[in-house]
Formats: sequence, structure tokens, C-alpha cells
Amino acid sequence: MSEPSGPLHLSPLHAAHAALGARMVPFAGWEMPVQYSGLLAEHAAVRGAVGLFDISHMGQVLVSGQQAADFLNHVLTNNAAHLQPGQGHYTLMLLPSGGVLDDLIAYRASEREFLLVINAAREAEDWRHLADEADLWRQREDGEDLRLSRLSDQCAGMAIQGPRSRRVFHRVFGEQAPWPERNTLLVSLSETGPLWLCGTGYTGEEGFEFFPPTATAPAWWDRLLEAVTEEGGLPCGLGARDTLRLEMGYPLNGNDLSLEHTPLEAGLGFFVDLEKPSFIGQQALVEQKSCGLPSRLTGIELIGTAPPPRPHYTVWKGDQPLGELSSGTLSPSLRRGIAMAYLPTAFSKPGTELEIDIRGRRYPARTVKKPFYHPQPPPSQP
Amino acid sequence: MSTVLEHLRYRDSHEWIEPSQSPAAVGITDHAQAELTDIVFVELPGVGRHVAAGEAVAVVESVKAASDIYAPVAGVISAINDQLSTNPGLVNSDPFTEGWLFRITPDDPSAATALMDAAAYRQHIA
Repeated sequence: MSEPSGPLHLSPLHAAHAALGARMVPFAGWEMPVQYSGLLAEHAAVRGAVGLFDISHMGQVLVSGQQAADFLNHVLTNNAAHLQPGQGHYTLMLLPSGGVLDDLIAYRASEREFLLVINAAREAEDWRHLADEADLWRQREDGEDLRLSRLSDQCAGMAIQGPRSRRVFHRVFGEQAPWPERNTLLVSLSETGPLWLCGTGYTGEEGFEFFPPTATAPAWWDRLLEAVTEEGGLPCGLGARDTLRLEMGYPLNGNDLSLEHTPLEAGLGFFVDLEKPSFIGQQALVEQKSCGLPSRLTGIELIGTAPPPRPHYTVWKGDQPLGELSSGTLSPSLRRGIAMAYLPTAFSKPGTELEIDIRGRRYPARTVKKPFYHPQPPPSQP
Repeated sequence: MSTVLEHLRYRDSHEWIEPSQSPAAVGITDHAQAELTDIVFVELPGVGRHVAAGEAVAVVESVKAASDIYAPVAGVISAINDQLSTNPGLVNSDPFTEGWLFRITPDDPSAATALMDAAAYRQHIA
């Protein structure tokens, strides 16, 4: 992914990362920790215990008003009207071409209020797109009651992920505090602003994401880190976040999602409600569905000893180049190379034998069903 | 603080070589292994290959990145560390002994003495 020029945003947790000796890298216009103690140890902590991630780079937009649900049904693919207050879901923002501008989580905070959590790399574009579409929407008959607030600078973010997340939660928020179940949202009002607690994550493990006001972030980080450490966990960087999400086959915008491919090609049809009244990109998706998908985002596993697969390596079938890897890594849990690529539909069926070109040498691979890794169920709660 | 061993010579790209040995072992420094982080794959040159000084001859890969390793001197590859195919982490845990990469028979037995000594390499990574 290309990095925008200019000074990088610093996380409100920057000093905490420095104190922990984190290795910092530029990511989506931010300087963020890629690892603390080591990627493999951090990955293992999330799969076996618990990990704490800084996700303050992610953006937040609050959409409110009587028109909020109808407006979101126009700009997003999933059906916002199906969300009850306190529920959230994964959804996508498309252009009319059907290409993906961003993937995000939409939470319904109340009847007329939705929180969108968007990718850092697309924050500015998303905001511009949403603001432009809202301007158009307000010109509709009865469309005026719609407000958008860009909260990205006001919210820090932390993700707590792993089978011991629940124990961390109760250590920090108290034994009686209600656990945010998967895809639910709890909002707690504090004197410094709202605390958003979301039962979501990007690792496949049980966990929650927590968006407190920026000024309070360092104190929350310290409390969460203490609880995570007591539970045998680790602070984790973007390196482990990437290997964890790829083991689950979760797409990363900019790698696996782009304006070049539709959510149907990405295998995200479950998060697209083609039946709802018109939304941006709907026509393109309906046409693509009726014509058949040209390509599919396919899971690929390397066979035997091979270098880690990486984005842009070419996928071959005999003498035919089929495409390039959109994501790839050595899976720390499975100890083999895993990758994803948009392959012509005819080659995307699980069990198709392929080769990956790595530095001029071909390594055997095969297509597999995603996810690559199946998380262990968390231990039953005492 | 990274370890730098007195008896070795160093290339600016962080390889070490045993001087006045033939064949001479080559590896990457403690500083380099720490910078590269968890090493998960090592690709080594073919035994018998003649390489030029400064030629990219091996690749050391962490989960995040692949890094070229350069021959500190010209010569013929005489052995490779087979243990690294099953245990690449030896480069992290023991970069100067168990984690050596390959042995080279230098064309010029004194070539390595032209590289940085320990004091100069310490300066280089300071």
C-alpha cells in the first residue's frame, strides 16, 4: 500500500508504545507499533490467551437523525434497518461501479443513531463520500433530518482479543459489567465523553473493541495492559493483527478489497442485501451476479517447505498466469504459507493445484476453503 | 545492546565472516537479527557456486519482510547450514555460532581483513 506523504499522525498511545520499546512503522498515514516483544509471540498470545492492540488509527463517524437508517441503507450494502439498537454488523461502502471504497462495522446505538468504524487508510475519502451523499440526501423530500459527525480525532481505540478477553473485561470494568456479546454495542457515558464498547474484532477470537475519548486513552491502556498481563497476554502490534486476520481469511482493504473488485467477488455476498431498495453499487452487483462472477477471492495454501508468500507474487497454473496474491504470510498457527488472490472462477474451487512464483522459482500450492485456521472455543466461564 | 564479536570482520550490510579461515563461516550479526525480528525462512545458495563480493546470495525472511544477504568476499560456497531449513530461528537465538548461514572459500584468503573490524562495526551500528 502506498503511504501518503507528510507528517504521520501519532496515536494518543504513542508514549506508551515508546515506553514498551515498540517497533514503529508508517501505516495508513499513522505511525503505529508493528510489534513489541515479537510477532510470533504476540500472535500466539492472542490465539492462546489475550492480546491488546492500539487501533486508534481507525476512524469513527456518527450518523444520526430520523433519516439515518434509510441513508445508511443507501450508502452501505448490508441492511441497516435489520439492526436493533445495540447491534452491529459488517458492511461495505461501494462506488456505483460496485468496487469497494471501504469495509466497515456499523453499530446502531439507538433508533436514530449509528456509529460507523472505518479504516484509517480510507478515513478522509469515506468522510468526503458520506458528506457528499448526505448533502444529496437532504435535498430529498423529508430528507433533512440527517446529521454526520466525524469523531475520528475524538476517539482512541483499543482491541482486546483472545480466549481470555472476557476475564480482562471483568478485571477492568468490574464483575457486574455486561460483556459486549459478539456484534453488539454498549455505550457508557462518562464525564469525558462516551465510551463505545463493541463485541467485534479482527482476529477470529472472542474479544471486544473499545473506543474511549482520546484524552483518556493512556489511562485506559495502562489499566487494560495490566489486566492483559495478569491474564498471561501481551501488547500486540499491527504485524500480529495482519497474520491473525489472514488466518481467518478476513480481507484487508487496500490489499484484498479495492475499487477493482466487487464484494461478491470478495466472497462477501452475505453482507450485501441485494433485495433492499436501491443502494450505491446495487445495479452493478445485480448485473455481475446475473452474468456470473469473473473472479473470486480465493484461499491458497503452500504445500511443503517454501518461503512465506507475499502480496504481488504471481499465481500460475501451468504456463498460464492467473493473477497475483493480494495478501500472503507464513501462518504462525499453521506453520505454512497462506495467501489470498483473485483467481478466475474456474480455478477458485478448493483443491485446485497451482504454483506461486517466489523470486523466480515456482512453489506448489493449492486452493483451500477459508478460514485457514479455526479458533479454539474459549474455555467455559466460571 | 547488540553483541559484536572481536575476532570477526563485518560488512556494512550486517554480515559477519571469519577472517583468515578457508573456508570461512558467514552469518548475520546480532544487531541484524534483532532488526529483522523473528526469522521464519532462510534461502541459501547452492554449494559450489562462485559468488562475487557484494553479490546477493541468500535471503532471510521474517513474517513481515524478505531481506537479501550479501557475500562479504568473493569465493566459492563450500557448505550451507542445513539446520536452518527446519530451525530458521537459530539465526535469532545464536547468530554467531549455531545460526551461521554458509561457508565460503575466498578467492583471496586475506580479502576479509579489508572489512570492518569489531570496533568499526560497533561505530557503524551506534
